[in-house]
Amino acid sequence: MSIAVEALCHTYHPGTPLETRALDDVSLQCGRGEWLSIVGHTGSGKSTLAQHLNGILFPDSGTVSVDGMQVVEKSPNMRDIRRAVGLVFQYPEQQLFAEDVMEELSFAPTNWGVQSDRIAPLASAALSMVGLDDSYLARSPLNLSGGEKRKIAIASVLAGEPSYLVLDEPTAGLDSWSRRELTDLLARLKKEGTGIILVTHDLDIALNLSDSILMLDRGRSAAFGAPSEIMRYLVANSVPGLRLPDIAALSAAIGRSDPAAPLTWDRAELKRWIKARETGGRRP
Amino acid sequence: MKTDARTVCELRDVTYVYPSGASGRAALSGVSLEVREGEWLALLGSNGSGKSTLARHLNALLIPTQGDCIVYGMSTRDPANVFAVRSAVSMVFQNPENQIVGTVVDEDAAFGPENQGLPPAEIESRVERALEAAGLLAKRAKPTYTLSGGEKQRLAVAGALAMDAPCLVLDEPTAMLDPRGRADLLAIMRALHDGGKTIVHITHRLEEILWCDRAVVLAGGRIEWEGGVEPLLRQDGALRKWGLDAPPLVALWRELGEETGLALPRIPTLEGMIDALCPLQ
Repeated sequence: MSIAVEALCHTYHPGTPLETRALDDVSLQCGRGEWLSIVGHTGSGKSTLAQHLNGILFPDSGTVSVDGMQVVEKSPNMRDIRRAVGLVFQYPEQQLFAEDVMEELSFAPTNWGVQSDRIAPLASAALSMVGLDDSYLARSPLNLSGGEKRKIAIASVLAGEPSYLVLDEPTAGLDSWSRRELTDLLARLKKEGTGIILVTHDLDIALNLSDSILMLDRGRSAAFGAPSEIMRYLVANSVPGLRLPDIAALSAAIGRSDPAAPLTWDRAELKRWIKARETGGRRP
Repeated sequence: MKTDARTVCELRDVTYVYPSGASGRAALSGVSLEVREGEWLALLGSNGSGKSTLARHLNALLIPTQGDCIVYGMSTRDPANVFAVRSAVSMVFQNPENQIVGTVVDEDAAFGPENQGLPPAEIESRVERALEAAGLLAKRAKPTYTLSGGEKQRLAVAGALAMDAPCLVLDEPTAMLDPRGRADLLAIMRALHDGGKTIVHITHRLEEILWCDRAVVLAGGRIEWEGGVEPLLRQDGALRKWGLDAPPLVALWRELGEETGLALPRIPTLEGMIDALCPLQ
């Protein structure tokens, strides 16, 4: 059970002067209970790729499959595919439409044909997952704070009980506290068996929380692998628009003057090593 | 920053209640603050702390419910002062998309000075200087829709600079930018500060205040803390209480300072930390 992309190519406006190759020979795999991060500069094709994962866009060549179902235009399985893959767009709060939060949260389960007596518990559960209580159900989404709107938008996707959750820059514009709340939620969902595919600029989140990372550069796959492999790649190669998080950059710089230093993005690990070096007196 | 510097803006015991606020809760309560000429002041706080409300007082977008806001000696309460106040204090907002009015880059930057009724030659030279400072001179003839988010935000800064205001207020200017756009904008802010501009920088990202002269923390509409950047960054528990997370490098710097005898930089910039911890380089 996984989402698999093989040799995907996508060109916008083919055959016109605006023709742009957005994705070129990109492959990835993410199982249920795994966390894949897709990183890359603005315009690298991250959002285009995310939109292929539940049939908003279709490949020009190559394949996309969800739990063995091919994502192709007019697929008889399209309903099951869209139900399995919940997509949270960038700035999802801009798409809130309902008069109250309950209606917003009922939309997905109603569409999937969930029995009406099961919808209220689903809405309530989704709300509690994002840290809000039932008192929000009767409120208008338009009168909530920016952070609360983002949570409602994410809860409205969770209410459809997707097997995979694809999120496009969900932390953009959130303060550090809200960012932490959101990444904690994603880690919990992953543990409970949801596949997480996170599109992000934030390498700190990607390195710390992912099982694997796909790095895009101008529509092509620059690297795909475990966080440690991606870190080694970024130390050796410069990728436009991506910079190592500070701790990783510091560890790489120390490593250049002392090959014994660990190559790490983990603050505790780097601190332990610096303190050991200090007390060991290995350097003046 | 000179200690005897002139005061640019002063809030005197300002309370503000939004007229539409059903709760009647004050967004600012008894806030007093001075912004001094030439300083780069960081205004910090989590979402809902009142920092944007405070910023909007500095160029008379909001008028205090109680108390006074004085800009270069002029009260913002007097409608006759509003034009002069807005010429002295320019605002840059969070969303670059909402601040572009022109269809071509240099036309957009010219919008402010044109409204000030300046002669064309003066407008031209101001636009050129402003675009240069914002790193956009090469794009002056481009349609604005072709700019990236980061470039649009720099254009908003150029528009503010073309007004020739001595003080810039930026309200979470990097919130919607990618890491590259954020770094570019911060570099421009550093250059403006070096050139003598007064900058009020509203943010909740501690990694952006490393070059500031002074920091003010707001929580629940009140000033909770005021002082230098270094002592602020050492306040671990309090930072968390105010909803401000220390970035990993700041946390490492603070912990190494407490737990080892290492000579560390006064402010934890990446460059400073590398210099301190790579003795062989």
